[in-house]
Amino acid sequence: MTSETGARTAAAARRHAGGVRMGTGRAGDRIFVSAARGSGIAVLLIMAAIAAFLVWKAIPALQDNKANFLTAEEWNPNATPPRFGIAQLAFGTVVSSLLAMLIATPVGVGIALFISFYSPRRLASGLGYVVDLLAAVPSIVYGLWGLAFLSQHMEGISRFLNSVLGWIPLFGGDSPGKNSIFTASVVLAIMILPIISSISREVFLQVPRANVEAALAIGATRWEMIRMAVLPYGRSGMIGGAMLGLGRAMGETIAVAMVLTFVPGINVHLLENGGATFASNIANSFAEASVTGRGALIASGLVLFVITLLVNMAARAVVARRKEFV
Amino acid sequence: MTTLSTGRGPAGKAAGPSLTSVSAGRKVKDRVVQGLVYLAFLLALVPLVSVLWTVVVNGAKRLDPTFFQFSMNAVSGSDKGGGAYHAIIGTLEQVLITSLIAVPIAVLTAIYLVEYAGNGRLGKLISFTVDVMTGIPSIVAGLFVLALWLLTFGFDYSGLAGSLALTILMIPTVVRATEEMLKLVPNDLREASYALGVPRWRTVCFVVLPTAMTGIVTGVMLAVARVMGETAPLLLTIFFTKAINNDPFTGPQASLPTFIWEQAADPSQNSIDRAWTGALVLIGIIMLLNLVARFVARRKAPTGR
Amino acid sequence: MAKRIEISGLHAYYGGVHAIEDISMTVEPRSVTAFIGPSGCGKSTFLRTLNRMHEVIPGARVEGKVMLDDEDLYDSSVDPVAVRRVVGMVFQRPNPFPTMSIYDNVAAGLKLNGVRRKSRLDETVEESLRGANLWNEVKDRLGKPGAGLSGGQQQRLCIARAIAVQPQVLLMDEPCSALDPISTLAIEDLIEKLKTQYTIVIVTHNMQQAARVSDRTAFFNIAGTGKPGKLIEIDETSKIFANPEQKATEDYITGRFG
Repeated sequence: MTSETGARTAAAARRHAGGVRMGTGRAGDRIFVSAARGSGIAVLLIMAAIAAFLVWKAIPALQDNKANFLTAEEWNPNATPPRFGIAQLAFGTVVSSLLAMLIATPVGVGIALFISFYSPRRLASGLGYVVDLLAAVPSIVYGLWGLAFLSQHMEGISRFLNSVLGWIPLFGGDSPGKNSIFTASVVLAIMILPIISSISREVFLQVPRANVEAALAIGATRWEMIRMAVLPYGRSGMIGGAMLGLGRAMGETIAVAMVLTFVPGINVHLLENGGATFASNIANSFAEASVTGRGALIASGLVLFVITLLVNMAARAVVARRKEFV
Repeated sequence: MTTLSTGRGPAGKAAGPSLTSVSAGRKVKDRVVQGLVYLAFLLALVPLVSVLWTVVVNGAKRLDPTFFQFSMNAVSGSDKGGGAYHAIIGTLEQVLITSLIAVPIAVLTAIYLVEYAGNGRLGKLISFTVDVMTGIPSIVAGLFVLALWLLTFGFDYSGLAGSLALTILMIPTVVRATEEMLKLVPNDLREASYALGVPRWRTVCFVVLPTAMTGIVTGVMLAVARVMGETAPLLLTIFFTKAINNDPFTGPQASLPTFIWEQAADPSQNSIDRAWTGALVLIGIIMLLNLVARFVARRKAPTGR
Repeated sequence: MAKRIEISGLHAYYGGVHAIEDISMTVEPRSVTAFIGPSGCGKSTFLRTLNRMHEVIPGARVEGKVMLDDEDLYDSSVDPVAVRRVVGMVFQRPNPFPTMSIYDNVAAGLKLNGVRRKSRLDETVEESLRGANLWNEVKDRLGKPGAGLSGGQQQRLCIARAIAVQPQVLLMDEPCSALDPISTLAIEDLIEKLKTQYTIVIVTHNMQQAARVSDRTAFFNIAGTGKPGKLIEIDETSKIFANPEQKATEDYITGRFG
């Protein structure tokens, strides 16, 4: 590995020695480098500005807020005095995304295994494309479908889960419905499936052939080979993919906003109608928001921004760890 | 040698193991996993087929010339007729402006990262930021433009404001795609150019970029397809209008995603039908872009060997 | 526990490519048989047909018979997974499982076969590592990753992993080509010792190595690129090197060829 980096540096050095000193291109080079570096810096500035402006525009509303922003469940920023808190939104966001991740990860990894090791080799890339199509469907369409089709079928499933697993509080409650956090989680799970499966597929592709053959040569079945050579190697990739999926689910707006019916207050019975997430609340309340209302939405968006940032950074770190390994 | 000749093999009993089959338990487990893996794939197909089917069946009802020729101006939710002309115009303009802003910034950033940054700190910081940007929820991008463009600078809702929000979502995708393609360009090609005394910027513009061009085009098309379906940031930035607004720089504009959102919110069946047709048109454009992008990518592999 | 292998009329294909043509030979038990020949002559492919690893490559297939004593490896009732349990393999590049410790690498095959008892595992791991002449070097760090060993040690670890399940036959595909001379010597010593227990087949590019370690030698050749590989002759190693029947063999051995 060191020799490889060495070679790369050497090549870079040669590059520097090569072209740059030539007289004729100097002004052109300078302008071009400035433009390229300027664009890069613009990207940095945009990120910084996002954080700065969200904070700046959130502060006045937060100052006017008469409720505890972190612990209050109500969302009445348009009232006088304004009272709003993110407790319910945070609960809805975290629970629906986690549930979506739990549903999607095994399926996503299974899809990746199918495409990498079980499907006929000639079909593999085509099948990958089919799964990627799931990612191409816009969230508004998932919302429409979720509302018109999925939620109709979810009612029965929810009733069934409620009757069988009702003793677990999360599946409990008296009136399982179709516009519940559970339904939202299923829609989210479908939406994050492609990212989990494509990142898993990427790491599976990198599993050294030698390890696969080593496992087969000591008499492993296909599953045993996967367990011995593929899963340990791809573990950080799968975890990272699941976390990226989690981050995406947390920020997903429209599909959730369409599927969920807003009912105020935290409800741990996930099969019952109601619930809200940061993003769905913003989409649903924006049109009627007053000045303070907008500030309050921006404040909640800031929280969402920070949470997804942390989740994504952690995910990237996990995925990157694989590269140091081996 | 003596240790080996003790011959107390764990599985190697006198007769030796059979060649015909491994133990039933292992075989069953292997089959069960195989079944589960097939099931996982089929599970993924169910929503895909179901979504496409529902959209096509429901969307076909209003897929008529009126839909493409008229706006919703003076049409109320429960009325028949009406169309998405204003929304289609809006989406096309917004996506075009988005691409005009995002593509140059993104391609130049990628060029900086691949060709100039080396292992420097600025390069690493930018690269990290691009990663982080990939994960920004689209609604947050909308809130940012709301906070900056509308609340701070005092501009009105407009197609442009929507484009600015979409730009934030498009930049990281295009940077990553371009980076990948630039990295595929063999170093020999660059060095050959330097050896001829060609300055670096000309090498990048006239040797490296053309080599990577098809790949970059593919990346841009996929990014456009992705951004085109975004709804959330537009709700906060372009607002709603039922009328045709050809000017993306002033006043609220419509777009296909927000059109669907608006129509779906109306309980009247005529509105719902329009929403489905909007979805069909939107998906149609996006799938078309995807297909063309794949086609471009396949036609010409990124690097000549 | 060593078995005789009788191959008759064996052809192997990669998709439409005919890789080896009509090979028949007998591999004697408790001896070392070396396969030599120029690159691309199909000797590695042939080796991989002997434990049905060939078919792991998509599109690859085999025709013909490979009898292990009285069982045909390619009989429809035979499970390739079971075959590989009985016919072990060591690869060109050492390939210990990178995520497993030294101990777990050796125990991997046993665990697949349902051995769970710690004392039994401990015993076999030690036995196999001793058998691979590696025990003294690693006994204090069995819990460390196998990837941390030197190339030669890794290759002996892979041999230990292969013999831990007590196979009948051990196939070695250029096991020393990625190793330095000292490690090569260690492996050759080990082969010498293992042949009292196992039927060993080794593919090698190195003719001195074939002469040093093998009892019998088979020479493979191809007529030209795109043509299938063929067995030219097989005989006692001393005879092949001193007085081969075929002119092609002599040309290859004396270096007048490729």
